[in-house]
Amino acid sequence: MVVGIVGYGAHIPRRRIKVEDIAKVWGADAASYKRGLELFQKSVPALDEDTITLSVEAARNALARSGIDPKDIGAVYVGSESHPYAVKPSGVTVAEAIGATPDCHCADFEFACKAGSEGMFVAYGLVKAGLIKYGMGIGADTSQGAPGDALEYSAAAGAAAFIMGADEERMIATVDETFSFMTDTPDFWRREHQFYPAHGGRFTGEPAYFRTVTGAARGILEKSNLKPEDFKYVVFHQPNGKFPKRAAKILGFSFEQIDVGRLVPWLGNTYSGSSPIGLTAILDVADPGDRILMCSYGSGAGSDAFVFTVRDRVREVRDLAPRTRWLMDENVTYVEYGEYAKMRRKIRLAEK
Amino acid sequence: MRDVAVIGVGMQKWGELWEKSTRDIFVESALLAMDDAGVDSLDAMYIGSMSPGLFTSQEHLGSVMADYLGQKSIPSTRVESACASGGVAFRMAFMEVASGMHDIVLAGGVEKMTDVGGGDATHALATAADMQWEGVQGVTFPGLYAMMAVAHMDKYGTTREQLAAVAVKNHHNGTMNPRAQFRMEITVEGVINSTKVADPLNILDCSPITDGAAAVILVPADMVKKFKKPGVKVIGSGHATDTIALHDREDLTTLSAVTEAAEQAYKMSGKDTKDIDLAEVHDCFTIAEIIVSESLGLFERGKGGPAAEVGETSLKGRIPINASGGLKSKGHPVGATGVAQIVELTEQLRGEAGDRQVSSARVGLAQNMGGSGGSSVVHILEVM
Amino acid sequence: MPPARSWRAYPQTYRLEAARCSKCGKAFFPPRLVCNKCNGRQFEHFEMKHTGKVVTHTIIRTPSDEFSGQAPFALGIIQMDDGPRLTSQIVDLPFEELRIGMPVRLEFRRISSEGEAGAIHYGHKAVPVRI
Repeated sequence: MVVGIVGYGAHIPRRRIKVEDIAKVWGADAASYKRGLELFQKSVPALDEDTITLSVEAARNALARSGIDPKDIGAVYVGSESHPYAVKPSGVTVAEAIGATPDCHCADFEFACKAGSEGMFVAYGLVKAGLIKYGMGIGADTSQGAPGDALEYSAAAGAAAFIMGADEERMIATVDETFSFMTDTPDFWRREHQFYPAHGGRFTGEPAYFRTVTGAARGILEKSNLKPEDFKYVVFHQPNGKFPKRAAKILGFSFEQIDVGRLVPWLGNTYSGSSPIGLTAILDVADPGDRILMCSYGSGAGSDAFVFTVRDRVREVRDLAPRTRWLMDENVTYVEYGEYAKMRRKIRLAEK
Repeated sequence: MRDVAVIGVGMQKWGELWEKSTRDIFVESALLAMDDAGVDSLDAMYIGSMSPGLFTSQEHLGSVMADYLGQKSIPSTRVESACASGGVAFRMAFMEVASGMHDIVLAGGVEKMTDVGGGDATHALATAADMQWEGVQGVTFPGLYAMMAVAHMDKYGTTREQLAAVAVKNHHNGTMNPRAQFRMEITVEGVINSTKVADPLNILDCSPITDGAAAVILVPADMVKKFKKPGVKVIGSGHATDTIALHDREDLTTLSAVTEAAEQAYKMSGKDTKDIDLAEVHDCFTIAEIIVSESLGLFERGKGGPAAEVGETSLKGRIPINASGGLKSKGHPVGATGVAQIVELTEQLRGEAGDRQVSSARVGLAQNMGGSGGSSVVHILEVM
Repeated sequence: MPPARSWRAYPQTYRLEAARCSKCGKAFFPPRLVCNKCNGRQFEHFEMKHTGKVVTHTIIRTPSDEFSGQAPFALGIIQMDDGPRLTSQIVDLPFEELRIGMPVRLEFRRISSEGEAGAIHYGHKAVPVRI
């Protein structure tokens, strides 16, 4: 049985903040973030946007492209490190809003930035096993970086949703292979009741991100018997602009292969949404027959890798919902640090 | 049905009455009304109060007020119809006397609004809107009337200056009313430049938060001669409702509950708009007075703004509106407002209104409104 | 808002379920038991399309305490393309661009929450249509 993506959609908040405006507040050197990490701006969620609201909008865009009846969705998985509730699932609100309840399995995933690809993987697996007709995997985050921390320049908001299914006539891209690479690598975490995450500085690079992402990529290439030149596009998790470029170089991929899905310089790191939103941007422009490699990354640490092959239907459905580059570039307003701090609840308000 | 007359009125100065409780405020005004009429016992009473629960955590005002007014054991009922609570209490008392059930009935109204902060007061008032389908999105009362204003300006070309003219006129009238909360002159520029509340309405377009009460005594018209003051006859009463949510109304530039209540009152009284010598209307916001003046038929649709601007509704104009200063200057303790309108009409028709007396006033109209026009009550009074 | 009050309205707040009178065709949001046009009591339920136009608008600058963190915010009456009207905040646009007649789309948003520890209430708010 061939299983793949039958619907995809993204959603991105409309506010942006420029790296200069963050650097100015902390007396930091904006140029070093722009040149060194290729970060120019990031998305900022409004006070009334969170992982659930972004997930619902991305899910609706995926539904619009799929053309399926939401009642046929047998599973909704939301992966995020910023679920609005510590205890109470995000998935049920999304499933309720899109009309998939009550005959539906829901679970929330958390694995730093890898939670979105997890949802995609589990939904894919359940369809493949014949347990459900369609399954939805969503990666969404409204991540926080501590004020003045390096992460504050990148922690952004956005969501992508994918509907996995097995019906040939709705297939947008087949899943040809999967591979996951997991180790216990303590590069980034957030303890219970903590507002901001903590990280291991340069330890997040070589032994964490690069080892894991290249491990997953090499594993899936070997398993699928494919070489870098067999792919038109590749999308890695993108904590900044530099990491995915370097990962590509290590593995023998060209800049052209990663360029379309590398959104981080202008979007920021959308955490669980990062490589999934990159994948939506690729599907927006890919041609039938194109092969795509996706490798997510979640601190802690792990990477889920997928090989997709694009089908003809992508051309019919891509304009049934807003394209990801349009969501990124149009309808954007810039906020300064004060408004950003208010939007991100960084200002201590009076107790009521 | 018996003819009914107002035989006594009472109202203390309104404002931020920090030292007085709800019951102090009410009883003081009720005693003034009883003294004005020369009665010391009542057969029944109705008290208009919108939300004593939210404003002061005290419901069951019927019992509280009868007890503290020294009228223990009489039937006493609190009436609620949002900001029209006072007007509806007056109508209940009117019907009770007209029916022959009782002879001496007090209609009063009270609201103690300053014990809570501004945000809580805004919330309490917002409960007069559709809380589930308007309030949930953060609607406030200034916001609802602002949306009517935007629609009225768009449809008829009503101007920001015309809205301000209403506030300027009512404040001018209020300087002559010793019981008014804000007795100062304001200017059109002052209104336009005052703090924004809900665009296009500014703080000086809005009636204030007020503590206050008012009371009147109603008796059968044929008993009037037994009392010390001249009676004023209640010749028309109307009461109508409309959708609770503003968005459910096809036309946002008129208030159909006002029109329907007025038609009932005109019909009962046998009077027409041209017979009305003065009107006290519910100017909770400047735009409200403009729309109400049109919905009552005093002006054509879209002409309420220009009429206010050229002075047709001023004390010496063709049809003086809100000689008392209106809700804008006099204050708006919501439950008391409808009764205070009757107090003003009674004094005007008795010729007791001092500097703000409308000359040769014989027929007066009072219009009181609940919420964004979800209910309205209209009364017409005439010299006996 | 107590959770039960929020929960029972999910079909409307989450999915914009409305009802159309079987007798006269008038559409209601939220659904009612009696048609206010023809007194009909039979209705067909349907999910509204998310698009509409602004009928009138304002900017709330002095909200109740519950909304104090959100102010100032734009608010309007929206004529939905499927017939009913509703009141909604209008977000993600500069205030000076508010216009009667402007096309909007309802987007899923956080509506309010009971402080930092209570339930979060979700629903829809209008955003400008710019495609």
